[in-house]
Amino acid sequence: MKGQPRSRRGEGRISEGWSAKMAVAAAAARVWRPSRGLGRAGLPLLRLLGARGLARSHTHRWQQQRHFSSLDDKPQFPGASAEFIDKLEFIQPNVISGIPIYRVMDRQGQIINPSEDPHLPQEKVLKFYKSMTLLNTMDRILYESQRQGRISFYMTNYGEEGTHVGSAAALDDTDLVFGQYREAGVLMYRDYPLELFMAQCYGNVSDLGKGRQMPVHYGCRERHFVTISSPLATQIPQAVGAAYAAKRANANRVVICYFGEGAASEGDAHAGFNFAATLECPIIFFCRNNGYAISTPTSEQYRGDGIAARGPGYGILSIRVDGNDVFAVYNATKEARRRAVAENQPFLIEAMTYRIGHHSTSDDSSAYRSVDEVNYWDKQDHPISRLRHHLQSRGWWDDEQEKAWRKQSRKKVMEAFEQAERKLKPNPNLIFSDVYQEMPAQLRKQQESLARHLQTYGEHYPLDHFEK
Amino acid sequence: MAAVAASAGWLLRLRAAGADGPWRRLCGAGLPRGFLQSASAYGAAAQRRQVAHFTFQPDPEPVEYGQTQKMNLFQAVTSALDNSLAKDPTAGKDRVFNTPLCEQGIVGFGIGIAVTGATAIAEIQFADYIFPAFDQIVNEAAKYRYRSGDLFNCGSLTIRSPWGCVGHGALYHSQSPEAFFAHCPGIKVVVPRSPFQAKGLLLSCIEDKNPCIFFEPKILYRAAVEQVPVEPYNIPLSQAEVIREGSDVTLVAWGTQVHVIREVAAMAQEKLGVSCEVIDLRTILPWDVDTVCKSVIKTGRLLVSHEAPLTGGFASEISSTVQEECFLNLEAPISRVCGYDTPFPHIFEPFYIPDKWKCYDALRKMINY
Repeated sequence: MKGQPRSRRGEGRISEGWSAKMAVAAAAARVWRPSRGLGRAGLPLLRLLGARGLARSHTHRWQQQRHFSSLDDKPQFPGASAEFIDKLEFIQPNVISGIPIYRVMDRQGQIINPSEDPHLPQEKVLKFYKSMTLLNTMDRILYESQRQGRISFYMTNYGEEGTHVGSAAALDDTDLVFGQYREAGVLMYRDYPLELFMAQCYGNVSDLGKGRQMPVHYGCRERHFVTISSPLATQIPQAVGAAYAAKRANANRVVICYFGEGAASEGDAHAGFNFAATLECPIIFFCRNNGYAISTPTSEQYRGDGIAARGPGYGILSIRVDGNDVFAVYNATKEARRRAVAENQPFLIEAMTYRIGHHSTSDDSSAYRSVDEVNYWDKQDHPISRLRHHLQSRGWWDDEQEKAWRKQSRKKVMEAFEQAERKLKPNPNLIFSDVYQEMPAQLRKQQESLARHLQTYGEHYPLDHFEK
Repeated sequence: MAAVAASAGWLLRLRAAGADGPWRRLCGAGLPRGFLQSASAYGAAAQRRQVAHFTFQPDPEPVEYGQTQKMNLFQAVTSALDNSLAKDPTAGKDRVFNTPLCEQGIVGFGIGIAVTGATAIAEIQFADYIFPAFDQIVNEAAKYRYRSGDLFNCGSLTIRSPWGCVGHGALYHSQSPEAFFAHCPGIKVVVPRSPFQAKGLLLSCIEDKNPCIFFEPKILYRAAVEQVPVEPYNIPLSQAEVIREGSDVTLVAWGTQVHVIREVAAMAQEKLGVSCEVIDLRTILPWDVDTVCKSVIKTGRLLVSHEAPLTGGFASEISSTVQEECFLNLEAPISRVCGYDTPFPHIFEPFYIPDKWKCYDALRKMINY
């Protein structure tokens, strides 16, 4: 709360307190090291900015005491905490050697630096694997079902399963999730039943969303997963508001907000980042940078160093991770969560990954990228394979279990699928409810008008598929 | 006489400019005493700031809500906000705060707060600037409950914003955008005509379980003063109010324009012997069709007036519904007296607004139809 000493500045090491402000300058000519110490950059920076600059970083603008003196040649501007410079120099954005990518496992699933191994118990890591593979299986079957005209639309998560599961596993069950549309693995990890995934895609009577939205627009109050909406990035400022409310309620809760690198171009993303930083919200911004926004490659989406480089511009601690390394995603999210709640400040995680599938069933990505490119990621750098190799090298998984699990997961998905197909759609009266909490008189009249219309013309409508 | 005075004034001004240069003239130095006097000193040729196009009529002091206090409209709004804040004992600077300058962020943030169940009251500084938030309002706030199957909602969000003409606001400080939002199922849109109405309606919006937009007629912030209860009270939403009963013509308006048509009703009685029923619509969405139709069935004539431009303005919705419901009761075409289909001009405001003369004239034509 305001009025109390602000732990956010106190707790972080000097390097992180500085790097938030200085990363823009630091990234200029040198590789930025996000972790311990200022490195080679440290001393010159400290000297340049001076102790006064350091002190200023620990106070709010409205708490600063300004002593005006005609002999004081230091800048007095309220808008920036910086020293004068008499050399004309534009800060060079560094996109050749951008923010480095944190990873724990190599492409073969071997831990690179043992001190980064999260040492998770076998049961938990197996849950990672099973969530990712079950998601993959469900994706295959539902994609196919759209091709066959059984559902109207679908979006797969191929290649990004690691980003979902690694991050979801690092959160508390009650942490609130705002997603974009390619985060089904988060729900999968939280044990959202296959029946409900399917119910939403089929829009049948079991759909918690009451048949109102296109497939993959999941939501679950019980699992703290806010219902997906199609407009991009709209969830970002909303997530920030929710985090602010959680902070005020002393809820010890973080909010995580997922979005793609394309959505990060939207104005709502800028709004969300800026609000989160200025209003000190416990939120994790999780960007899935998968290389494409439908057919727009990242080279046409931005010119700077991805999304992680934007964080420091807002005063947000940021990191870039290998999104196909489930442990890296886990570690980064875990640490971000701990600090976001403890220090009431936002964190930005840019998870680099690759969208192996098409954007959706309405897309054919062979129109804008090569099969070779897709195959590389599918075969050489897939989150599921990397984890499997890791599991196998640990003796926690083998080919027998793989075979059995593939059969079992496919069976589970097929059963849920067949059940979902058989169910009726909800009663058309549900067109009219929940527009407001109470149904206004005009809407009731319209509902009655449809009922009368169906009495006369019902034969022209697919009433047999709908609940009476 | 006036002409001499005018030219004398011009002479004085020119001389002052010559003597000391433009800067001194600006600062008023070196000028004859009393130079900057009332505009009438220059005579008819000089322009003067216009007087208000309406006269605020306070309602009688309410008795059923306890102790009252004289408040203007913004004080009434503040009183409502104070009452609302007092419901939550956890006080602090983190409850009333500035945000970065970003309407889409303000509304999105407010939605997020409301999704967790807390109450959010977001202010957009002028209704003219609400448009960056249009996506968040229309695509998100309005549809939150519906699209989630009632798993989630942002009913505890209220957006409040100054609205309507103010005498000199021009394009970007005068707009009345209620029609854009009237087309959006899922939100409520409310416009009060007075301090007493404002506090009760705002409290109802805050407590309503649906996202609400509350437009405050800024010209009434100081001009409208009346006795307002100190304690909280509610005025129901979606209920229009008949503020003057009559038998010959129904006049409908909301916000500032209610005071204009009230005056028109008095003029009609005095000059034409015509008895007007005056209705303050109060809630634009969902609007009180029954009260308006009941009145038109009685009178057979309807005039709707608003500052917002004619085409697609909310009067068209009212007109369309009333002709559907009351066709055979109508004695004359429904009349709409609205702003022109132009952006809201600055210097031409007195010509632009649907003032009492335009309303009176339209009424006269309806009576003689």
